Amino acid sequence: MSEPVLAVSGLDVSFVQYAKGLRTRTVPGITGLDLEVAEGEILAVLGASGSGKTLLAQAILGILPHNARTGGEILFRGSRLTPARRTRVLGREISYIPQSVTSLDPLMPVGAQVRIGLDAAVAERVRRRLFARYDLQDHVAGRYPHQLSGGMLRRVLFATSVRDTVRLVIADEPTPGLHAEAVEEVLRHLRELAVSGVAVLLITHDIRAAVSVARRVAVMREGRLVTMETADAFTGDGAELRHPFARDLWRALPQNQFSPGGTEWHS
Amino acid sequence: MPKLIVLRLLRLATLLAGVSALAFTLVHNSPIDPIQAYVGADVNLTDAQYAALREHWGLDRPPVEQYLAWAGSIIQGDLGVSTLYKIPVADVIATRFGASLALMGVAWLLSGLLGYALGVLAAIRRGRFADRAVSWYSYTLSSTPTFWLGIVFLVVFSVWLGWFPVGLAGPYGVPAAEVTFAERVHHFVLPALTLSAVGVANIAMHTREKMTDVLNSDYVAFARARGESPGQILRNHGFRNSAAPAVTLQFAYFSELFGGSVLAETVFSYPGLGSTLTEAALGGDVPLLLGIVLLSAVFVFTGNVIADIVNAALDPRVRRRA
Repeated sequence: MSEPVLAVSGLDVSFVQYAKGLRTRTVPGITGLDLEVAEGEILAVLGASGSGKTLLAQAILGILPHNARTGGEILFRGSRLTPARRTRVLGREISYIPQSVTSLDPLMPVGAQVRIGLDAAVAERVRRRLFARYDLQDHVAGRYPHQLSGGMLRRVLFATSVRDTVRLVIADEPTPGLHAEAVEEVLRHLRELAVSGVAVLLITHDIRAAVSVARRVAVMREGRLVTMETADAFTGDGAELRHPFARDLWRALPQNQFSPGGTEWHS
Repeated sequence: MPKLIVLRLLRLATLLAGVSALAFTLVHNSPIDPIQAYVGADVNLTDAQYAALREHWGLDRPPVEQYLAWAGSIIQGDLGVSTLYKIPVADVIATRFGASLALMGVAWLLSGLLGYALGVLAAIRRGRFADRAVSWYSYTLSSTPTFWLGIVFLVVFSVWLGWFPVGLAGPYGVPAAEVTFAERVHHFVLPALTLSAVGVANIAMHTREKMTDVLNSDYVAFARARGESPGQILRNHGFRNSAAPAVTLQFAYFSELFGGSVLAETVFSYPGLGSTLTEAALGGDVPLLLGIVLLSAVFVFTGNVIADIVNAALDPRVRRRA
């Protein structure tokens, strides 16, 4: 197997907080996390709120809060992601699809936001192509975020992340709050990215979305990687899952979401 | 849109009626007797002369009647005659307003630009030395009365250092027509500086807060994740999202600017509208006082209207509601 696009090893993230007076204490966020994402692969990182999955994305992108301390190593295409290297690769080789549509500048037309980071000479042409690809009409480019629906804004966020040079896409909770059809559309876009050779790190708490699109599923709890399962193991009563926590998660899904045998929607 | 304009004009009319009625009531109840102020403290009038003057000026009539008589001529465009200057109020205001407008205009621009720049700097360097310096300056200045700052500037720059004249708009004893432009500027600097220094505080602190919010926003975090440099983040998102509140605030600041100019002009004996207002109040010159009050109300109202328009122009979310 070729070198992974992203390799995280022994990642620690902790926060320094003021406890009483000037005494500080350290609150752990992520402890000893290892994972790898290969070219063309979708790796799902599954966990509840507070499990540290968004911190993982922030640590890779270098946008952790100021009081965060990190340890361990993050390799992108074989070499360390230093702040200097990040300024070269962010937005070009690594792109980020954020969780919230408030990540779009409320006072900038969405077309202009898609153009950011593109070579000025071709930006408008690329923007048109991306809008067409994500089923956004051309006149939408002049609109402001408050004038668009949530689904359209998600597609705009996708359009900001797709660049010819991108090798790794980190998608942070791209599905919550969307109806089933829109979720399917988002997952289809992620699959398309993977097929074109991009490594995708999908951060989610939606088990069904994770299982239906990823090959491997990393399960996180309280800042630790609990288990790495194959997506195929999330079937039936979960007997094939290696770790009891993954089994619990799977079985905790509302029963009415299951079809008999639990295979219909994830085939 | 036409409905909006009519509504605004109606609001202005009621505002002017209210402001003038209030000002009239205050003047009417003030301890200053307009007739005594007019003839001077050292002149003794006989009772008959006094009564004749009262009748001549209509002061013997009930206050409501006096006010309505004044309001009636205002509606016909007649502001009346100043009792102090013995010329029409409109002429007094016209000659004085120019000087004040220059003073306020320069202070407005300087405080706006400098305040915004300092606010941005403080937000970028939040918690560091530059931020502390800007915050310290702003808190100190906003708790400083304008007239006191004016006196401090006079003591430091005019008396101790001797860089600037102590007051007036030109050298003492030189006819206004013969005052050179350089001399005018020389006299202009300290009052303008006083007004600007106070104005900076307000805009700097508001911009600092707004810019801090912007820099902590989701869209700036996303911009960083997309590899935008700090400079690009400011250009693409920072100015865009903090300019509208700053400009709005600066237009809404017209009222404090006017109040500040009254104090600054009085301290510097600068012959603008502000010092004329003080003279009119102390001299019992009711027509002039009310005229200036009306003008200042229109001035402040205009500032607020411009603020609304600019805000709508800069922020599409506001435009939709308007």
